[in-house]
Formats: sequence, structure tokens, C-alpha cells
Amino acid sequence: MTADFLLSLAQAVTKGLLTGMVYGLMALGLSVIFGVMRVVNFAHGEMMVIGMYLAWLGFEYLEISPLVSLPAIAALFFAAGYALQRTLISPFIGRPEHQQFLLLLAVAILLVNGALAIAGPDSRGVQLDSQFDSYEVGPLVLDAVRLHAALAAIAIALLLWLFFARTRTGKSIRAAADNHMGALVVGLDVPRLYAITFGVGAACVGAAGALMITIIPVTPFLAGEYTLLAFVIVIVGGLGSMTGALAGGLLIGVSEAVAGLLLQPSLKSMFSFGLLILVLLLRPQGLLGKASR
Amino acid sequence: MNALRRLTGNCTPRTLWSLAALLLLLLLAPAFLGKYWLSVLILILYFAYVGQAWNIVMGFAGQLSLGHALYAGLGGYIAAGLFFHYGIGPWAGLFAAVAAAALAGAIVGYLGFRFSLAGVYFALLTIAFSEFTRIGFEHWSWAGGSGGLFLKVDAASNLLDLRGGPVMFYYVILALAAGALVLCRALLESRLGRYWLAIREDAEAAQAVGVPVLRCKMLAMVISAALTALAGVWNAFYYNNLFPETAFAMSRSIEITLAPIIGGLGTLFGPFVGAVVLTGLGEAFTDAGDALGIPGIKQIFYGLALLVIVMFRPAGVWPWLSARLGLGERTP
Repeated sequence: MTADFLLSLAQAVTKGLLTGMVYGLMALGLSVIFGVMRVVNFAHGEMMVIGMYLAWLGFEYLEISPLVSLPAIAALFFAAGYALQRTLISPFIGRPEHQQFLLLLAVAILLVNGALAIAGPDSRGVQLDSQFDSYEVGPLVLDAVRLHAALAAIAIALLLWLFFARTRTGKSIRAAADNHMGALVVGLDVPRLYAITFGVGAACVGAAGALMITIIPVTPFLAGEYTLLAFVIVIVGGLGSMTGALAGGLLIGVSEAVAGLLLQPSLKSMFSFGLLILVLLLRPQGLLGKASR
Repeated sequence: MNALRRLTGNCTPRTLWSLAALLLLLLLAPAFLGKYWLSVLILILYFAYVGQAWNIVMGFAGQLSLGHALYAGLGGYIAAGLFFHYGIGPWAGLFAAVAAAALAGAIVGYLGFRFSLAGVYFALLTIAFSEFTRIGFEHWSWAGGSGGLFLKVDAASNLLDLRGGPVMFYYVILALAAGALVLCRALLESRLGRYWLAIREDAEAAQAVGVPVLRCKMLAMVISAALTALAGVWNAFYYNNLFPETAFAMSRSIEITLAPIIGGLGTLFGPFVGAVVLTGLGEAFTDAGDALGIPGIKQIFYGLALLVIVMFRPAGVWPWLSARLGLGERTP
């Protein structure tokens, strides 16, 4: 173990942590939706890619940095998620899983091919002015772009936590998630709360997309990969647990970065899937999930 | 005769005559179909067969597997690899292929069911194993790695090596699809089949009345994986090439599930009807997409069609259609 190696390892870990925050934000959306409605959003990666494309469009044609257009994108995603839940998904709540799966698969196909039809198959990236800036922390060099994305992701996660912990709507959503019947009995408007939840979940993934585009360019073909990645993260962290999703994002981010350093890059997701299998078998509630599900 | 009566016992004469007519039509089809329509029919039968195999796990036993590409991929790779490297013909190779896939199915099933994973959790386990295997095959040089494995194309019909033209492949997949239909019917009428339905409806109640739940679920996985492996072997020799990123892809697994879900989960004829609907739509949209020349437009039509079907016929097309046509298949 040379000092050089340790330094590059530490560098990879930091890089993984920063990217992992954005992964965590993406997975948070999936986790919130599942935790409240027990619906698995099979279109999650597709939504992520749409978020990336919107941020790219804003940058390319309006010259707005993704970090600036992020609130608008999140708001748009909230509205779209709200509408999607109200119209398409709502009748499928409580239906057999394969029917929900087919519905969201259809949504996923429409989203990703809509992006393909409009933006084409070429990869689209954003060249920020801060592209090559970096901060030096001791011997470590932090990419400015990655650091900004990670900080923004942390801020959004905090906002989300405040929403669920402090606001009346957030508390009502948690009540509906804990006890659906009870929530109906005390007079909560559960369908509306579900629509808000789906909107919030969608806003998370839209925001994550806007951040991700500053790190890597987007193609429609990333969508399936992101859906799988989000699944891996939430299962490893604990499906339905907010801190679990963030921790899972960090863990997968770091493991990808370290595996990319130590192994061939093409082997890096093997580690994630191996971890997924182990967690499913040994601790299906996830590393940070509650024991009963 | 007794066995035949058990198989056809509660079908109406109308159902039996329709089935016989359909079989006759399919047997004669290559005589009057052009190359294009034959290839469409081949695709339909392939999806009907592989859907039938998947239907055993999900439709009968109620376990959602989204990783069936694993068994098709393993089967195809092993038979093709044995042929490519050692000249071992597919009829011998398929024993190894089926054994490997059945073993993989047993491992995934045992782990999933033993640790009582259900629903989405089980589905994710099956996906994880398929993806894991995909990456493994991308780095396995015997199987050609990520560059793929290619079989020599030989137009001369040679059933022994499964080399030849589309007509031969048509009859092979027709035999498989018809055989799977009969097998599934027999399975459903057997004690095991009744156990599966009991588990699907309420696993805890089934356990309570003494159904060996774990063993029955395992059998569903093993039988389904073995049948799926045959589809993989056929597929590999029909297309003459294999790539890990398509053979084990999640999209391949999803493709396998669509025909039975669209046709009617748990019904015997659903996979066939679903395959007709999906392949028909796919071909029609390919033409429309080519005419419009916009990338992805075909898939957009396809997605819209799926959306319409799942919204208006969530239980599948066949249960509704069979009632309309007066064709009796008791939906178990």
C-alpha cells in the first residue's frame, strides 16, 4: 500500500460520496412513493432522464445553469407527478403488482421514447463554466461541479425532511402511510395526499436529474440503468426509509467509484447487484429499514 | 384415452373443434405464407411458448419473476457454446442447457422462497441474478465475452444440428408451443397445479391445510426455468448470435412477461393471445414508424397500446375474448 494508492483511493471515495448524494436524492423519490403508496415506480429512471433533458434544454436554449433551473424543473415534475397520480395511477392502488408494473412500464416506454423522438439518440451534456474548477481539501481535490451537486442534493433532502416532519400535509401523508384506514376514518383526503406524495417523489427525481446532468451527459438509454440503480439503492438502504435511501446512495456511489478504480469499470455494477442479493436475503428490510415490513 | 379425457375433460366441443382447426391451420401455414408472414408467425409462437413457461411461475404459482432472461440466456449460451466449441449438436446440448437453467431456477427459487421474499422483493432478486450473470458472461471468454458468440449460418436444412431455414424453425417452435400448452394443461389438472393455485390465492392458508408450499414453489421455478431454457436454445440457433447485454437484459425478461400479462395471467391460452396482440401491434407500428421516420415513434405507439390494454382489460384480453366467443376455458 503506497501513499499514492491510498490517495487515489481516498479521491475515489470522495468522488463516490459526492455522486452518491445525487443518487440518494434520486432514490429518495422512489422510496417516498413506495413507502406511502406501496407502488413501485418502474418509470423512475425514465423520469430521471427527462429531468436531465429538461435541464439540458434550459442550458442549451435559455443559457440557464441546471442549478438555477432546478426549482422550476422540480415544480414541473411535482405538477406532472400530481397529475399522473390523479389520472393514471390512482385506480391501480391496491391492484396486483403485475398490473401496476405493466402500467408504469407503459409510462416508462412513453417517457423514454418521447425523449428519443424529441432529442434523438445522441448524448447531450452541459458544459458549465465551473467545469474544471476544483477545491483542494488537504491532499484531496474535489470537483466543483460534483461538490455543488452534492450540496444541492443535501439541501433538497433537508427540505424534504422538514416537509415530512414539520408541515401539516407532510404529517398527514405519514399518517396515511402508517394506517390507510385510520387516515380515512379521521377524515384525511387520502387520494389528494397520494397525489402530493407522487408529486414530491417526482420532484425529487426531477431535481436529481437536473443535478446529474452537470456530472454526466444524458442519453435515452441511461433510463433503464437508472431505474435499476434506484431499486438497488432503496433496497440496500431500506425501501420506504428516507435516511436509508440517502445512505444507500452514498454506499452505491462509493462502491461504484472504488470498484471502478480497483477493477475493470465494466465490473463495477456487479458489486452493486451482489450487494443487492445479499441485502435481500439477509436483511430484506434494508440496512437502515425498520425490522417489520 | 383416459389421459386424453382428463386433458380435455371440461372443454366444450366448440373449444375442442376450434383448437383442432387452429392446430391444422398452423400446421399448414408454411405452405401458403410468404417469408415475412412466416417470420411474424414464428415470433408469435416464440413469445407464446416462452410466455407459457413464465406463466407457470407467475400465473399459476403467483411468484413475480422479472429475471427469466437468465434461464433463456443460460440455455442459449450453453447449447450454442457446446456446438461452437465442440461440435456437440443442440439436441444433446439442450440437456446440459436445461439442467443448468433448472439448477439456476432452483437456486434463485430456493433463496427467494426460503428467505420468504414475495412480490416486488422476489422480482428484484430475480432481476439481480440475471444482471449479475450478464456481467459475468461479459467477462467470460469461452462464451465470447461482450463481443458475443456467433454460430455459422447454414441454409441446408439439418434438423439434427438445428441448422436450416425458417420453415424448420417454425415447426420446432410450433411443436414446443403446442407441447407447452398440453403440459401446462396437464399440470393445472394435477395435484401440483391445484396446490399452485392455492398458494397463489393465499399462501398462508395453503400452508395451514398442509400444502408443501416451499416444494411447490420450487417445482414451479424449476419447471418454468427448464422450459424457458428450451426457448433460449431455439432462439440462439434461430438468430445465430448471442450477446450478454441482450441475452440477459432486463428488457428481455420484461418481453417474456408481456404476452401472458396482456393475454390473461394464469390462463392457458392467454400467452398465445397476448403474443398475437403484441407481435401484431409491434409489426404494425414498425411499418407506421418507418413511414414517419421519427426515432422511438414505434415504441411510443407500443407504450400507448400497453397503457390502453392495462387500463381497460387489466385481467388480460383472453378472459374477455373467450367469453365473447363462447370458448370455454375455466379460468382457474
